[in-house]
Amino acid sequence: MGSGRLYVAVAAGGFRRYATYRAATAAGVFTNTVFGLILVYTYLALWDEKPHLGGYDQAQAVTYVWLGQAIFAALAIGGSGVESELMERIRTGDIAIDLYRPADLQLWWMAADLGRTLFQLLGRGVIPFAFGALLFKVALPHDPATWAAFIVSLLLATVVSFGIRYLVALLTFWFMDGTGMTHMTMLAGFFCSGMMLPLNVFPGTLGDVVRDLPWSSLLQKPADLLLGAADPWGTFAFQGAWAVALLAAGRLVQSVATRRVVVQGG
Amino acid sequence: MEGLRAYRLIGAMWIRSTMAYRASFAMTTFANFAVTALDFVAILLMFSRIDALGGWPLPEVAFLYGLSSVAFGLADLAIGSMERLGQRVRDGTLDTLLVRPAPVLAQVAADRFALRRLGRITQGSLVLGYALTAVDIHWTPLRLLLMPVAVLSGAAIFCAVFVAGAAFQFVAQDASEVQNAFTYGGATLLQYPPTVFGRELVRGVTFLLPLAFVTWIPAAYVLGRPIPLGLPSWVAFAPPLVAGACCALAGLAWRAGLRSYRSTGS
Repeated sequence: MGSGRLYVAVAAGGFRRYATYRAATAAGVFTNTVFGLILVYTYLALWDEKPHLGGYDQAQAVTYVWLGQAIFAALAIGGSGVESELMERIRTGDIAIDLYRPADLQLWWMAADLGRTLFQLLGRGVIPFAFGALLFKVALPHDPATWAAFIVSLLLATVVSFGIRYLVALLTFWFMDGTGMTHMTMLAGFFCSGMMLPLNVFPGTLGDVVRDLPWSSLLQKPADLLLGAADPWGTFAFQGAWAVALLAAGRLVQSVATRRVVVQGG
Repeated sequence: MEGLRAYRLIGAMWIRSTMAYRASFAMTTFANFAVTALDFVAILLMFSRIDALGGWPLPEVAFLYGLSSVAFGLADLAIGSMERLGQRVRDGTLDTLLVRPAPVLAQVAADRFALRRLGRITQGSLVLGYALTAVDIHWTPLRLLLMPVAVLSGAAIFCAVFVAGAAFQFVAQDASEVQNAFTYGGATLLQYPPTVFGRELVRGVTFLLPLAFVTWIPAAYVLGRPIPLGLPSWVAFAPPLVAGACCALAGLAWRAGLRSYRSTGS
């Protein structure tokens, strides 16, 4: 019971920490809105050329764009969640302090990341999405059950996103410098989540493969749920399986890493 | 002139320091290349489903893409590090630059000069090369002359955006992300044909923030397409003038920003 309160406190700290930077949040809202506008026009032209591409109509494609911009920062699709701080702590050796704490390393960072996600969803997501919904014709569900399923799916997406980034961050124990890995994660995040182009538009085998990778849990799956193009239970099962697999892998790597950790200098 | 010399010396220093870790340099350059290449892969995937976007076939979109990438890549290579100015203002390290006997603009521009940004230029040049062989351009001396003029003017226009963005960061230190909307957002916008976007948006990036002079207007002239917004064809030769005006305005903004600088004192 007591430890549950600890992680809630850590999550609240993560939320408050990101809430402090108001100018940065406003800047992010502006940038996401501009990118949303550029993408919406491109997608409209694309769907104009080929109606029902990937099973979406134009309103669904537009909704997809604004959903992507709304959750881009929250789900850290291009990186820049708590993992950059974790990498820095591993590199400098501050991680030793974290390992000393009477708390679980993975849960601690997951709680912090959940707090961050919640803030960025509210702070950076709501305005671009509302802007898009007001200015363009969007396809939003009317029935509350779909919205509820969508929220569950977003929560699972958050866990999958953390699972990927935690695993990558732990590799710093071996590589020391995280720059290259950060770049690669960003690359995979952009391309494989459907941020650049919805995954259901990807042709042939490439499409089949990319739709089964964990990144599709971040944007494509929740979007399909919201747009009524997917069955909730199948989506939950897919996302849940990846969440469990990634967290388990993270735990395994963590135990190997902490056993061989040598704290640098000081 | 003194500024150019300082820029060259600082830039050379950063190149030497990068070359100390050749493997890391090779990796980050490749990542830089790959990130931008995926951009183009997304366009290729779109064209696997359609024949033309906004009435422009793939080779002509590739022409826009290559022109935009090379122009933006040159600006990014030259002074892209300026987007980190807010960081220096926040932690007070800008003071160090102020007491050195060299122009601050040159120092900030050359700060962390990153040769890895050649990756984007290389990728853009390859796409532009493909476009030049795939499009049947009716070459005239004027069209041939316009190509290098357009690339260099485009780079200068993007440089002006970087400088203006940095000047803005003196005022709104945390809001550095705003300029991404204009730099990366602008480069993305220019990769797609103007016919895709709303008339108001095209007007805005022609008369307010004249990004249209980087690709849309010169490209329309070279490809023998109507100039956007029904402008006369001599406008295609205006990019150097537009670039000059942009740089002058950005220079004024920079001075105003630097004058308003208050050190954090730490």
